[in-house]
Amino acid sequence: MMGTTLAQKIIARAAGRKSVTPGEIVTATVDLAMIHDSGGPRRVEPVLQELGVGLFDAQKVVLISDHFVPGETDEGARILELTRQWAKRRGVPFHDGEGICHVVLPERGHLKPGMFVVGGDSHSPTGGAFGAYMFGVGATEMAGVLATGEIWIKVPETIMIEWEGQLPRGVTAKDMMLKSCTRLGMDGGQYQAVEYAGSAVRALSMQERMTLSNMAAELGAQAGLIAPDETTAEWLRDVGGDPGDYAGLCTDPDAALLERHAFDASSLEPQAAAPHSPANSASVGEAGEVRIDVAYVGACTGAKYVDLKAAAEILKGRKAAPGVELLVAPASKRDQDRAAAEGILGALEEAGAKILPNACGICAGYGTHRLGEDVTCVSSTARNFKGRMGAASSKVWLASPYTVAASAVTGRLADPRDMLPEAVS
Amino acid sequence: MTGRVFLLGDNVDTDQLAPGQYMSGGIAELASHCLEGVRPDFAETVKPGDVIVAGRNFGIGSSREQAAEALKLLGIAGVVAQSFAGIFYRNAINLGLPVLTAADPSPVEDGDTVWLDIDNNLLDLSDKVRAVWLDPLPDNLKILLADGGLVPHLKKRLAAERKGKKA
Repeated sequence: MMGTTLAQKIIARAAGRKSVTPGEIVTATVDLAMIHDSGGPRRVEPVLQELGVGLFDAQKVVLISDHFVPGETDEGARILELTRQWAKRRGVPFHDGEGICHVVLPERGHLKPGMFVVGGDSHSPTGGAFGAYMFGVGATEMAGVLATGEIWIKVPETIMIEWEGQLPRGVTAKDMMLKSCTRLGMDGGQYQAVEYAGSAVRALSMQERMTLSNMAAELGAQAGLIAPDETTAEWLRDVGGDPGDYAGLCTDPDAALLERHAFDASSLEPQAAAPHSPANSASVGEAGEVRIDVAYVGACTGAKYVDLKAAAEILKGRKAAPGVELLVAPASKRDQDRAAAEGILGALEEAGAKILPNACGICAGYGTHRLGEDVTCVSSTARNFKGRMGAASSKVWLASPYTVAASAVTGRLADPRDMLPEAVS
Repeated sequence: MTGRVFLLGDNVDTDQLAPGQYMSGGIAELASHCLEGVRPDFAETVKPGDVIVAGRNFGIGSSREQAAEALKLLGIAGVVAQSFAGIFYRNAINLGLPVLTAADPSPVEDGDTVWLDIDNNLLDLSDKVRAVWLDPLPDNLKILLADGGLVPHLKKRLAAERKGKKA
């Protein structure tokens, strides 16, 4: 009998079936539903009211406030208040002001390998880094899930993205994804399941793996899976989670794949994606002279603990160039606290960084630091669509936290490898 | 009902359809800024029955369903594209906005008068010479659209379940 993919195994289990075939439409039971303050209570509650039903299971719902945090506008403050009231009334686990949902969900132990999870946000594929089949849905669909505990899904094909070799110093998961987006295109994922594999993926830390899975969204995939291993299990135990029995949660060697793409990690250089698409990437050296006004280390994709640490490696003992605004919005409170305890946050502040709230912030077009007219920004976020982070005339280059930090120092897009501290041997 | 075609390119994203900066306001305000970055005349000139025809990966980006809701509010009869981003596609169906793929929408030009004939999988052009074949929708999505979207569909289903319990 032919082998099956990780995606098929998880979906079959959630659909209560022995096996499922790519292309067939099945109804699956969700193990967990994650919602946030923007697409969550304010949009799902009216639908629940209209349907005259409650939550299918309050303990299988997690609410996280991150979009309108810290409530700088009257409207934002009102939405946050509504979110808090709803959490109380409906009795759902709620993480308020603790950081961005995709980072908070796993770090609070809610995810487990093999789960079938929906999230009310497009970067929900992040959960795939833990071997969970997690994908994003809109608010109406989420309301349907909250009412019934079920969702239909077309069983996806799997596109295998393999990275072999060792990443050079100063080159990260973000560079891997910008390269992948540019080779495959923003519809290369075809709304199928992407799975990341290969020695370079296995060698990545859990948070770097999250960056790969997160940006499956930019590949246009439904999910971005990584088979769980000891790295996954250890990370989950560390945060008080339960890795469970993950043996067998992998794609069988003889499973049929839609496509297989091979990349070489050892020759990868720092990437920068030109405005206005993550698929516009080239090596930083090829970008030419790009003067920048704002350097932003932020978002679920680019401001986790490992990202802050990378930026600090460059910025320690250096200063942001005059005229460059260096903004850092740590992705979660937990990561910010750890960075503070290890002197990372201090190094960033010494370099002139302004620390912003643990929230989606500029990346989602919110807050007072939205980019102004004609501003050029280099950003560790996932999307540089026209007008997303501010004025339609603003220009956003996407790059790794290393590259954002190096660019902040020089005032122009810069290759971070020239500025790395001496390797400790 | 016939309408006018707005022809758009590849990768029309959700920030173009529903700009983040207007997300805290109501859907009416958001819709008035729909596509202003690529078609500044869109929100002002669009009329009920009009059809968007686009290239690949329409609706890429955020899960915000206001992207589909804005089009629905502006009276768009449907979107025909070579391909759709997955979440946008689901959102549109859930809100009762027809979204249809077509391998080759190239016969259509901007400003054409068309009739979206979903029952016959056809985008009919008023000159009766040109037409675009649409890929048929899967049965479960046909039912959702016919019911007017996910909420009316679930209402119907829940009502039937309640009735079943009583009986």
